[in-house]
Amino acid sequence: MPDLGPHAAFIWAAYGVTLVAVVALVVVIVSDDRRQRRLIAELERQGLTRRSAKAATAKAATAKTSTAKPAASAKPKSAPVKTPRARKPKA
Amino acid sequence: MWNLANPTQFLSIADRIIPWLAGLTFLLLGIGLYLAFFVAPPDYQQGETVKIMFVHVPAAWLAMFGYTLIAAASIGSLVWRHPLADVAAKTAAPIGATFTFVALVTGSLWGKPMWGTYWVWDARLTSMLVLFLLYLGLIALWQSIEEPGRAGRAAAILAIVGFINVPIIKFSVDWWNTLHQPASIFRAGGPTIDPSLLTPLFVMAAGFTLLFVLLHLIAMRAEILRRRVHALRQMHVEHAAAA
Repeated sequence: MPDLGPHAAFIWAAYGVTLVAVVALVVVIVSDDRRQRRLIAELERQGLTRRSAKAATAKAATAKTSTAKPAASAKPKSAPVKTPRARKPKA
Repeated sequence: MWNLANPTQFLSIADRIIPWLAGLTFLLLGIGLYLAFFVAPPDYQQGETVKIMFVHVPAAWLAMFGYTLIAAASIGSLVWRHPLADVAAKTAAPIGATFTFVALVTGSLWGKPMWGTYWVWDARLTSMLVLFLLYLGLIALWQSIEEPGRAGRAAAILAIVGFINVPIIKFSVDWWNTLHQPASIFRAGGPTIDPSLLTPLFVMAAGFTLLFVLLHLIAMRAEILRRRVHALRQMHVEHAAAA
């Protein structure tokens, strides 16, 4: 332990206050974060999800099924049909 | 950059960054404390009391940085009504208040052996106390209004008005005759501190800054989730009432 001279008590007090304040802040913030994550997980287990989350899940599921196997009802591929361009009638 | 402005994208990025940031913060603070206690020499005037500067100065910088962040986020919240700006402003306040408290107490503990007093009502110390009170006012305002949108707008106005105090803190030592010493690091002629003391100070400042960013990211994640929990519960109540 370094010798901090005649004012050691002030130095240790300064570092002690800093440590206590920072640790208290970390505990408060981290425990709040854990609590919110637990609450959101509980709600999701109950089937409560945001509409955007539901839409994203449905989209992901659709994409998975379409890449995994071709749908039975999918139309057979046919050669693209060229349609003639409509011409601008001459004045 | 725009991806970060989306709360879902923000959560995904924050989840990936937080563990790395936590490791880097611990590493920098560990190195900083080692340099402060085992490498930095005593100052020719202050003796070993200079070690208090390694926590006092970074805490004071972050106290001002925190309020500047809140003011900038408040402009984003008022002008663009972006929910993430509101979340950033709200969650920075307790962190900034803690660093301001640390700066005030450690400064006071340095003042007693060096000035012979814990406190004087000079411009620098008083403006720092005003900053602490502004932080407390912002936290109280957010706590007292339940609806986040309304609370955010009221707090944003107070934060922007209160920002006038930040340049007053910075330049108080130049504008008035104060007991607090003038700027000795960020000044026109370069730092007046010896590199043997400046290096541990900068390492500690970097560690403190990363700690601020880390805690802010975690607090923002918690606040976004809290708003989602609130919205989901409200949606559930509305569905139950309609059924």
